[in-house]
Amino acid sequence: MSEAATPVNPASNEPTLAAAPAGDRPLLQLENVVKHFPIRRGIFFKRQIGRVQAVEGVSLEVRRGETLGLVGETGCGKSTLARCITRLHPLTSGRVIFDGVDITRLSAGQLRPYRRRMQMIFQDPFGSLNPRRRVGSIIGDPLAIHGIADGGERKRQVQELMEVVGLNPEHYNRFPSEFSGGQRQRIGVARALALRPSLIVCDEPVSALDVSVQAQIINLLEDLQGEFGLTYVFIAHDLAVVEHVSDRVAVMYLGKIVEMADTAELFGSPRHPYTAALLSASMVADPEKARSSHRVVLYGDVPSPINPPSGCRFHTRCPKAQPLCSVEEPPLRVQAGDPGGHLTACHFPVAPGEQLVGAEPAISAAVTEFVATSPGAGEEETV
Amino acid sequence: MSLSPFDVGSAALVADEDQSLEALDAGRAIEGRSPLRLAFARLRSDRIAWLAAGMIVLMALLAVVAPVLSALTGHSPYNPDLVNGTDSFGQPYGPGQAGFLLGTDNVGRDILVRVAYGARISLLVGVLATLLATVGGTILGLVSGYYGGWIDALLARMMDAVLSFPYVLAAIVLAAVFGGSLPLTIGVIAFFSWAAIGRIVRGQTLSQKEKEYVEAARSIGAGSFRIMFVDILPNLIAPVIVLGTLLVPVAVVFEATLDYLGVGVGPPTPTWGNMLADDQGSAGFGAWWFWVFPSVALLITTLGFNLLGDSVRDALDPRTERLFANRRKKVVVGGGPDASARADTDRLSGGTEAR
Repeated sequence: MSEAATPVNPASNEPTLAAAPAGDRPLLQLENVVKHFPIRRGIFFKRQIGRVQAVEGVSLEVRRGETLGLVGETGCGKSTLARCITRLHPLTSGRVIFDGVDITRLSAGQLRPYRRRMQMIFQDPFGSLNPRRRVGSIIGDPLAIHGIADGGERKRQVQELMEVVGLNPEHYNRFPSEFSGGQRQRIGVARALALRPSLIVCDEPVSALDVSVQAQIINLLEDLQGEFGLTYVFIAHDLAVVEHVSDRVAVMYLGKIVEMADTAELFGSPRHPYTAALLSASMVADPEKARSSHRVVLYGDVPSPINPPSGCRFHTRCPKAQPLCSVEEPPLRVQAGDPGGHLTACHFPVAPGEQLVGAEPAISAAVTEFVATSPGAGEEETV
Repeated sequence: MSLSPFDVGSAALVADEDQSLEALDAGRAIEGRSPLRLAFARLRSDRIAWLAAGMIVLMALLAVVAPVLSALTGHSPYNPDLVNGTDSFGQPYGPGQAGFLLGTDNVGRDILVRVAYGARISLLVGVLATLLATVGGTILGLVSGYYGGWIDALLARMMDAVLSFPYVLAAIVLAAVFGGSLPLTIGVIAFFSWAAIGRIVRGQTLSQKEKEYVEAARSIGAGSFRIMFVDILPNLIAPVIVLGTLLVPVAVVFEATLDYLGVGVGPPTPTWGNMLADDQGSAGFGAWWFWVFPSVALLITTLGFNLLGDSVRDALDPRTERLFANRRKKVVVGGGPDASARADTDRLSGGTEAR
């Protein structure tokens, strides 16, 4: 496996990435990442009877020092993607390239040095801290595992970390149950910070917190980013939070990225109908605007990732869908009139200023006709 | 980053929380009391636990002073003494006769001394076999639950096999082949007890390994060994302790059974089991003290450990506390003016996890 640990060969099929000097090189690249979970049945022979297509071909880049927001509904594969990045899940296919090194197939031992540079903050501040261990040893664990500091030195570093994240260092010997939700999330942040990583994947770090505490944690994360030069992949389903923290935002739907752009660009002129619907559904803290804003209501639920719709995965709920959408999958590309970094996977993107009036799935009637005539489109789930 | 109104709020919040906690601690060093220490504190306030501990201590004392008893009375636990131990008709003495507090058996041995020596075997076998079974069962249960796959399939079927095996038969066969001995007895009991612990630990591991803190440990680079023994094990310790305590009386009875059947430690070592067996054959009628005293000793030991086990379970699972509120002493842990406040925090901090 030694060749896997070497930097990506410039002669390989990614000349542009590898040839770039280390400073310009994206910190993290995902290439066509696919994660399927097999569904097995049977006691002895465990036949695979299906698979959950949690992440289906995600490619993206995270640049040094930026915050990439990742949004989408529950069950769209955000958290799975996060666990693929940090190699908590093995990939079904595709590649994760961290700082120019393909870490997709590294063994646990080979992965260790990269674990130091890539940490994770978890969603649940109650579940992610071991209830039976003292805060000091939870935060000190990374230092112990990587042999960075021992004994008094470890304690000193842990207390320093506690201070950095706004905890009282004297609470070193307490148990997680003795802290509030926000304080626990600070403990999680301190643990992620202990190894001085370059990348932190935040898996909905504030979703489980009270709104006032959310702000504290977000501000803490922003402060730390400035102080330690961190790069974040920030997963959330709260659009206001994502808009606030992110430099760029990627919108996921059913395991795929449907739109990706700079934050202002994406929030200002969404091109994918799904993004537009998401944005219109988020609350506006301005009653004047809220009254005048038009809300796009999506019908039905997210289709099952076990048997996703053909073509564009959104076509079953899309107000703009046409027969083409159920057959051909739109590639993620720059749409006409958009700046270079704005990618949208849609055949019929929303024009700037366009109102999505007919929010009912435009294709539902068409689909039924289409299914009858076209082979291969029969697996449709019409919601 | 610029100072936002949130920062101020955050500082104030943190400070606020500190003060209230400080007040609770009343000037003590800031150290969280571990769930086990909290459980121990609850255990200490349980009257039944004290009673159970008293029973166990009594038997332990008896075991410790057995040689002293033997030396003081001059009665050997092993050698028949028909001259001093039986009356002029060759009949055993009853309790209190001729300086034999609990009487003698039909070959003139002092029953008190023999019961005391029997306590040594019973406690030794009970505790040691349980310890072996607990350690073995915990390790195998952890490995089975954590790794899953064929390792789990193999170990889980092994546990099923052990649990469904007629252990008395197996013990008789083993004793027949190797001859009864103390190590063999301990080994047999441990072998037939580990699966009970292993099964519980396996089940708990299966649920614990899906928790986010295990994922967190993996993301910081912890290996399987560390995750199993440093992260998961502390979360299983409560059921293991309870089960372990409750296994001791089972092992004690098991040992007595084997000795009663003559496939345990074996004579001349006095054990409660072989005392019962010896006495039933010959002069059983009328000489009630032959079987009553070993049985009472057995009863006190098993009752003590069983009651203690129940109390330990209650202590480790504070949700049952209300049910037994009346059997707890009014004063909580050390007393003092802050006692009731601390009892509240005990409930709060221990309440969500232990079971």
